[in-house]
Amino acid sequence: MSWKKLQQSLANERYIASDELAMAVYLATEQQRPLLLEGAAGVGKTEIAKQLADIHDTQLIRLQCYEGLDASTSIYEWNYQKQLLRVQAVRESLADDLADDVESQIFSEAYLLKRPLLEAITQSKAPVLLIDEIDRADEEFEAYLLEVLSDYQVSIPELGTVKATSKPIVVLTSNGSRDLSDALRRRCFYTYVEYPDFKTELAILKARIPDLDNSLAEQIVGFVQSLRKEELEKKPGVAEMLDWSAALAGLGISKLNDDPVELQATMVCLLKTQIDQYSMPREVTERLVGKVVA
Amino acid sequence: MAGFIAHLRYNGYRAGVAETEATLSALQSIDIEEHRQVRLACKAVCASNKENYDQFDELFDSYWFNRGREQSGTVAASKQSTEKQQNRFRPGADESQSVAGAGAAEQPENNDEDGEAIHSGEGRLIASKAGNLNKTDFREMMTPELMQQAEVLACKLAKAMRDRRSRRYRHNQRGNKLNLRKTIRNSVNQGGVPIRLYRQQRPERPVRIVTLLDVSGSMTVYARVFLAFLKGLISHDTRADAYLFHTALVRIGDALRDHDTMRAMNRLSIMAQGFGGGTKIGSNLKLFNDQYAATCVDGRTVVIILSDGYDTDSPELLSEGLQKLKKRNCKIIWLNPLKGWKDYEPVAQGMAAALPWLDHFAAANTLESLAELEPALQRL
Repeated sequence: MSWKKLQQSLANERYIASDELAMAVYLATEQQRPLLLEGAAGVGKTEIAKQLADIHDTQLIRLQCYEGLDASTSIYEWNYQKQLLRVQAVRESLADDLADDVESQIFSEAYLLKRPLLEAITQSKAPVLLIDEIDRADEEFEAYLLEVLSDYQVSIPELGTVKATSKPIVVLTSNGSRDLSDALRRRCFYTYVEYPDFKTELAILKARIPDLDNSLAEQIVGFVQSLRKEELEKKPGVAEMLDWSAALAGLGISKLNDDPVELQATMVCLLKTQIDQYSMPREVTERLVGKVVA
Repeated sequence: MAGFIAHLRYNGYRAGVAETEATLSALQSIDIEEHRQVRLACKAVCASNKENYDQFDELFDSYWFNRGREQSGTVAASKQSTEKQQNRFRPGADESQSVAGAGAAEQPENNDEDGEAIHSGEGRLIASKAGNLNKTDFREMMTPELMQQAEVLACKLAKAMRDRRSRRYRHNQRGNKLNLRKTIRNSVNQGGVPIRLYRQQRPERPVRIVTLLDVSGSMTVYARVFLAFLKGLISHDTRADAYLFHTALVRIGDALRDHDTMRAMNRLSIMAQGFGGGTKIGSNLKLFNDQYAATCVDGRTVVIILSDGYDTDSPELLSEGLQKLKKRNCKIIWLNPLKGWKDYEPVAQGMAAALPWLDHFAAANTLESLAELEPALQRL
């Protein structure tokens, strides 16, 4: 599969990727290296992992990062309760010579709780591993990650080293709330995902909501694009744009300038903070609408 | 390809042998004939942050399409010349001398005058008591010793601000308190016998220091000392960051951290073109909020603004910018050299507009006044 083909099959899955993104994704799958995506919220960083899983017809394993994430919740943990039950059951049922057996039993895979990272490397078919919002995890966690991502293996003291049965396609996303370490960046292919331009965004909208009226679609995209140029605390992403389009379609609006009051009410889909809503009164909305409708 | 990677490395990319190898293997899986594909592939491999990512196309063109050949040649040449300069300076150059030399390099045309200024300054120094030195306004005093003192003082202040402990306890095997909860939880796999004891401690939560230095015309007399001060703040802390502003905003964190003081100051002087011009505090603050604040300002950040508050932008813009910055839950300290003057009132409109958003507003015209900051900063 060449990168153009990958871009095409992403498009078939209704995901419109820029050339840069498509090439990076293609290289990441081809070279079996992790892919690091940065960009503002709502530009489709997480979505691409889902689409990749669909294209390769494989499982998506997701690890959502948060402050305080550690090895036992991300790599593996022993199932202590189960082990304890087992030990007690054997104790009651007698026999000393079973003791060795029990020990080897309770430290076997049956008693191991696989967390996302371990699970991802022990699949029979290479899955897509999505490590979402890596910038939220602590810096120490990045260090754990390095071992898994560079050697694709996990060492468990009681069990030995677990080698990957298949190398997963790894996608890391970051919102840039903290600088990532150079060690991690170096091991990844990198792409910065921008807000799409008019043409791309229109293509996205048409792919996602195919039965939307053409002129309305153009108006919507034009409006959202100019809204992004306004002074907003939280700029509307592609996801917000799609929500809004769905809302407009659901309300049966065929032209943006039909009903200003109704339009203003639907702005809740795009503006997500109080100040943004306050700074976009009806007059401003109408001015923007006037520009795109004309 | 190795040449290209070296070209990238010279332009501030973190690229090494591993990247060369990765690029070559990446090129095997695409069609090398078509340069667009090659460009995209190299971009994915070599860029590792947004700045690199945005620059990449230009660098790629300049290397492969000869457009920038000359340019890169001159850059290399200038590098050589700086190296030569360094060699000249090295013999017997101690810390203070190199700081002074750096100051001179910043405004090469003033070289001679600088030397004189330093000289006369020293003359006064001998005659006066050391105590007096601390009270002299920075405008009148520009000795290497003072520079060094400013740097040392900055280190001390930074330390006072940085050494913080969190209120919460966290697992730490060498901690000073027993972590009962974890001990009991982990005793489950030993049948409830707490064989392994876990400990906890209040972890360090160092404060990040971000400095915005005004180098406009009205601040030129202070700028040199403040630059030394900034260097002190930054050089011992990898998380700290610094920015210069006049009519534009420049990030100088990396340049200040350069081990080679000469080269650092050369880089600075290139960056600070427009040094000593007008001031646009408001719009620069806005730029800072939009571009940089997300990555370097959070609840554990202290933002230090060094400025006299004379602004050509409207005061509303400044107050808006500070309000937005404040929303990131950081502490804002404004150090104003004018405040040390007798009978100073923050009447400059910008300053008056800024006051409500500041956590601390202090003078910064003498070393003594900088030293007085320490208790205040510890309190923050």
